[in-house]
Amino acid sequence: MEAILTFISNNQLMIYMVVLMIFVGIELIEKVPSVLHTPLMSGANAIHGVVIIGAIIIMGQAESIFAIVLGFIAVVLGTLNVVGGFVVTDRMLDMFKKKKK
Amino acid sequence: MKQSILDIIYMIGAVGFIFGIKMLGNPEKAKKGNLIAAFGMGLAIFGTIFLYEHNGKPLNNYLWIFGGLIVGTVIGTMMAKKVKMTGMPQMVSFFNGMGGACAALISLVEFNHLSHEGDFTQAPVLKLIIIFLGLIIGSISFAGSMIAFGKLDEKIKDKTLPLQQVINIGLMVVLLGIAFAASFGVISNPMVLYLLLVLSLIYGVLFVMPIGGADMPVVISLLNSFTGVAAAMGGFLYDNKVMLFGGILVGSAGTLLTVVMCKAMNRSLTNVLIGNFGGGSAAAGEGKEITGSVKEISKTDAAVLMKYSKKVVIVPGYGLAVAQAQHVCHELEQVLEEEGVEVKYAIHPVAGRMPGHMNVLLAESNVSYDKLIEMDDINPEFKTTDVVLIVGANDVVNPAAKNDPSSPIYGMPILEVEDAAHTIVMKRSMKAGYAGIENELFYSNKNSMLFGDAKKTLTDLVTELKSL
Repeated sequence: MEAILTFISNNQLMIYMVVLMIFVGIELIEKVPSVLHTPLMSGANAIHGVVIIGAIIIMGQAESIFAIVLGFIAVVLGTLNVVGGFVVTDRMLDMFKKKKK
Repeated sequence: MKQSILDIIYMIGAVGFIFGIKMLGNPEKAKKGNLIAAFGMGLAIFGTIFLYEHNGKPLNNYLWIFGGLIVGTVIGTMMAKKVKMTGMPQMVSFFNGMGGACAALISLVEFNHLSHEGDFTQAPVLKLIIIFLGLIIGSISFAGSMIAFGKLDEKIKDKTLPLQQVINIGLMVVLLGIAFAASFGVISNPMVLYLLLVLSLIYGVLFVMPIGGADMPVVISLLNSFTGVAAAMGGFLYDNKVMLFGGILVGSAGTLLTVVMCKAMNRSLTNVLIGNFGGGSAAAGEGKEITGSVKEISKTDAAVLMKYSKKVVIVPGYGLAVAQAQHVCHELEQVLEEEGVEVKYAIHPVAGRMPGHMNVLLAESNVSYDKLIEMDDINPEFKTTDVVLIVGANDVVNPAAKNDPSSPIYGMPILEVEDAAHTIVMKRSMKAGYAGIENELFYSNKNSMLFGDAKKTLTDLVTELKSL
């Protein structure tokens, strides 16, 4: 229990950020036309690819074979998420762009 | 010095994400928004590679890092460029799964970092909780996304186990129980990590398996926000602001998007997750028995009927996407307009396999944006419509959703095409739609069926119209 309380007071900034981010996330989505749901989902999908930073960190600190192999796979998968996500979103949005006359 | 620069880079990256998502919600700015988010991501990635330091030590293994980045980029770009417009939803689900797997792998490695010769009980409790949660959420997201991918690709069928919900809830309780027991040192065997991994993967499969058909987009959106939360766990672990930021942002935006999508179908999230809408055989047999006969119409008659109409509304569905008939559909629209017929498209929010699926597809073939009318706006117009041409859509025009409480799709808002003077349903066969239920519209005496492949039939219709 004490550990948790200390954690909270030591990481106030982080916790504030989490709470505020939740509101920002909600605020951003609130009034989106349903047409854009798919590209938006796809774009958000690419953004959570930010997890790749964790993969890069473990890869960069890896010493054992175990960590190197898993880290390498993690970097590849994370990159797939980021690059694939943004490219797919871009392709979807290309379709929208052409509609303008 | 390096650390401060990296902090600033992360800040710019995070602002890029916010702007990106904000602009993605606006049709005019969406493309730029995507680029801004990608730019923020690129900054964060390269900043980490070159500037990250832990206890004064920079990162090693550059060869491996860049190797991984290059392999991922090549494969990712190839897959994303190659996929057809009809396959987009699967692709999103696949990439989402990759992110989940990445988060789970991070937890696996970090767990081994924390433990000394297999003893992890000395590690800080909160770190353990974060690692376990990252592993569990990431694995569920991975397994679930892969099943969703397989289902949308029609490689996996819906399957409901007896007592599915009880099993799922039980498994979740066991999962969390083990995770907390291990965090507080009650379980000290390091193999617990792999037990959690396996159980989470099983949970992910069981979670998505029974959810069927039209609900898939909602599930993908939900799994999307799961992966966001898993990424945020990584942010806590490394005290990394941009991971935390991006992860939580997607987690909350994704959750809300899920709810908004449910609303578009007039259903609650709980209903989607535990209801048996399109949930395989259980739902398929239900609904009123339909008696009567269907009427067929020849292509020439259909062409004549449309040519002498004042107003024609086209209802596109997944069949149009499968047949890649969007271009010839646009051609039909142009031919009719030359004859002085007013042509509009009625877009159901869940037509196809994802919200906006039809808009994307029709926009690809240059259909003007203002001709695509959303459900609430077009429904009152059907009364003054002469002919509704339904191309490969089924469940979204099924009147059972309105007047048959025993139907599994009861309550879903539909396009009220039965108000029009005449409907023509273009379909390959009398087979039921994705939700697996009969459609009484087909038996209505105002309706005619036009059997055949959507693309071929539409092409023939255009030829007929031109020769009339």
